Amino acid sequence: MKQTNQRAWFFLLPALIIVAINAFIPFMTVINYSFIDKLQGLPSFWIGLENYSSVLQNNNFRQAVGRQFAFSFLVLAIQVPLGILISLGMPKKGIGATATLIAIGLPLLIPWQVVGIIWRAFTRSDLGFVPIIFNQFNYNYDAALNSADAWWTVVIMDVWHWTPLIALLCYSGLNAIPDAYYQAARIDGASRLKTFWVVTLPRLRSVLTIGILLRFMDSFRIYIEPTMVTGGGPGNTTAFMSDVLVRQAQAFNFGPAAAMSLIYFYIILIISYVFFQVLTNAGTGSDQPQEA
Amino acid sequence: MATIELVDVAHSYDGGKSYAVQDINLTWNDGVASALLGPSGCGKTTLLKIISGLLKPSDGKVLLDGEDVTALSPRERNVAQVFQFPVVYETLNVYNNLAFPLRNRKVPEDEIDERVTRVAEILELTPHLKRRAARLGAAEKQRISMGRGIVRADTTAVLFDEPLTVIDPHQKWHLRRKLKELHKELGLTMIYVTHDQQEALTFAEQVTVMNMGEALQTGKPQDLHHRPEAPFVGYFIGSPGMNLFDATPEAQGVRVGDYIVPLSQVPQGDNLQLGIRPEYVEASMDAHDGWLEARVNRASLTGNALMAEVSGAGLNFKVIVPENSPLRSGDTLYVRFPEENTMLYQHGKLATMEAAA
Amino acid sequence: MRRILSFLGMTLYFAFLAMPLLWMLSMSFKTTDEILTVRSFIPQAFTWQNYQTVLTDPGWRSAFFNSLLYVFINTVITLIVALPAAYAFSRYKFRGDHHLFFWLLTNRMAPGAVFVLPFVQLYGREGLGLFDTHWAVALAHTLFSIPLAVWILEGFMSGIPKAIDETAYIDGYSFPGFFFKIFTPLIAPGIGVAAFFSFMFSWVEVIMASNLTRTNARPLAVALTASLGAEGWDWGVIAAVGVLTLVPGAVLIYFVRNNLAKGFALGRV
Repeated sequence: MKQTNQRAWFFLLPALIIVAINAFIPFMTVINYSFIDKLQGLPSFWIGLENYSSVLQNNNFRQAVGRQFAFSFLVLAIQVPLGILISLGMPKKGIGATATLIAIGLPLLIPWQVVGIIWRAFTRSDLGFVPIIFNQFNYNYDAALNSADAWWTVVIMDVWHWTPLIALLCYSGLNAIPDAYYQAARIDGASRLKTFWVVTLPRLRSVLTIGILLRFMDSFRIYIEPTMVTGGGPGNTTAFMSDVLVRQAQAFNFGPAAAMSLIYFYIILIISYVFFQVLTNAGTGSDQPQEA
Repeated sequence: MATIELVDVAHSYDGGKSYAVQDINLTWNDGVASALLGPSGCGKTTLLKIISGLLKPSDGKVLLDGEDVTALSPRERNVAQVFQFPVVYETLNVYNNLAFPLRNRKVPEDEIDERVTRVAEILELTPHLKRRAARLGAAEKQRISMGRGIVRADTTAVLFDEPLTVIDPHQKWHLRRKLKELHKELGLTMIYVTHDQQEALTFAEQVTVMNMGEALQTGKPQDLHHRPEAPFVGYFIGSPGMNLFDATPEAQGVRVGDYIVPLSQVPQGDNLQLGIRPEYVEASMDAHDGWLEARVNRASLTGNALMAEVSGAGLNFKVIVPENSPLRSGDTLYVRFPEENTMLYQHGKLATMEAAA
Repeated sequence: MRRILSFLGMTLYFAFLAMPLLWMLSMSFKTTDEILTVRSFIPQAFTWQNYQTVLTDPGWRSAFFNSLLYVFINTVITLIVALPAAYAFSRYKFRGDHHLFFWLLTNRMAPGAVFVLPFVQLYGREGLGLFDTHWAVALAHTLFSIPLAVWILEGFMSGIPKAIDETAYIDGYSFPGFFFKIFTPLIAPGIGVAAFFSFMFSWVEVIMASNLTRTNARPLAVALTASLGAEGWDWGVIAAVGVLTLVPGAVLIYFVRNNLAKGFALGRV
């Protein structure tokens, strides 16, 4: 047994080393920064938790946190059900399947800057298609001036961008469900909705877990796309946490920026862990992961 | 409980290019325990799906108690099916799994409780009722599947598609016994699909042997054993299976290899095969007139008999001799093929016989 | 009835999906002047000029090449490293394996803006000395791609019964022999899926790619930012670049389409 355990660690070693180097050293550096006051040209000195408290009291930051939560949970609430629905509608075989797969996957493969640029081009008052549509309905759409417009533009852009991830993952997950389960449900007389609830959804649990975790982490850290489209405006409406963070870093307030990063990180970590535990145990009523 | 009939059933998965099953005319009487036996790919699973309604046959009709149900869904036919690997609803506990088919039909809760409790008792699931179905072992999960099949009051038949495939060997006999008990107690029509002849022959009163999409023979296990109507049936049933030789007709019998088997009834024509089971070959260590002389290549114990692989007269075949026989490799054995145990086939079916000259 | 609704729903979604892309496509065939003055899906004066500009410009060409290169390196390293790690998670049970699994994922949780600075130090002259190389970006990206690849591969591997491993040993295979001749072909779809996601997340990443490079390994992200000048953007060219960035990904999806369709249920969850 001991030998096999050693073997396991041997297999894990390359991965752990690379990840650890990339993770540990930068992490330590940031932690270091967060506890010091480093002004341009002057030597740095330890100020304990002062950076942290100043961050937590920063109004800008607090509002950004609120906005961020609202944004992330809103997009999750839309993307997950929508993604599942789409995966149910995707053809499984033939030319249609390939074409659909490529089409659905495209938004995921666009560099994030370009996503922002596309949506900017799509929604700008002078360039875009969207304002034209709205004008037909006599609505003066302007993401640069109207807060609600800006907010929903960013949300819809994220939905456009990332729903395919959930759809792709669920598409794969669906194909892993053996036919016999659906046949058994037919024989047991279950309605389509019932079958979805009792057969499909539980068996999508694992792909949904990775999907939801990825989506939560990435949406919570979102930066470049909204910056390209609205620049955080109008005013602060679409200034999410990354935006506040970048401004701090750009102003060379490394201490507070580092502290903010760590608070930011821990919020994501805790919530992800909660998601992870809930989703891993959902429907199995046990602490240990189930064997397939 | 119902009589199931398949009339001229055939099915092609590729629009007529090839047929998974064809020419199927079979009847299962009310309450019979029967088996569909055959090797992988012979079409038995296809047939099962046609009976349960999961598949609509390209041709032919399915009748339940005389009524044409070919167009009906599985739910409407009230036929239950148990699959190769255990299918349970993982998020539900055992009780709710068993109650599932009843709840979908809006059966009142107290009746549900009564039926579920009874079924759980029969299948020995009572201690597990409150546990999540996902956490049980394969054998228990299969019992849950069986339970869902029988929990409905109006189940007409229960179909089993190789249900013991993923069960541990030492639990198989337990489940098989359960199945027989179920049949005795509930009197349901049960059709059991398998490629394992031991399973089929111990469970069923009526066995249908299939190969390459055709139903070759249907009958009681003993009949299939003593009088296989097709070479494949003889070969597939019995362990070891029947010896088969190419045969040509002679005046007083048939010729197999260099040996002439004396018969009073002789088949005519070509494409003949002679079959005789190893246990029916008469053997002796002493020479006899007109018997085939063969050399023992190998003698091995099978069960409680000795099986000898012999060669003689240009033929290779197997003979079963009593366990205490002193036969050893290299010995000479004299055999004959008694007419009453010899089967003659032509073109894969029983040959027509004429009196010998 | 249900079929009609489903078809309608999918069509609506595809329209929603396609519109911004089609808008960009149409912009790529217009001159920037036309983009700023006329608004229509069909270009009034169809032109290849933007594509010509991009495809003949050595700056854009090298940017594409650089991005493709580090993405490729990242995918290869990720797979090489993730395969044994996933095997360990799949076949062995050890203390804390559940938590180690989660820890791998936590490396994706750090917000990029500030964390990128120590990365620059790490890969820079004071650290690994890899600044402005493709290796730097590729390795930095492995922080995100290895955890995901391990999760995906582990799921596929857990779908292969251990009996196969045992049979191979009984048949006399050495471990490398077993792993490469028997195991790898069985999990090929998983490798395809893991490669796809590694490629995807690396191709689209902007922050690390921008900050760890300067001129040698100048990726698309930097070239794009540079072209977004203060005095009005060259929308036509930008649109053409945008369209071209879709091509590698589309090609990749095509190649792994069967792997994605094969279906997987990630096992460790």
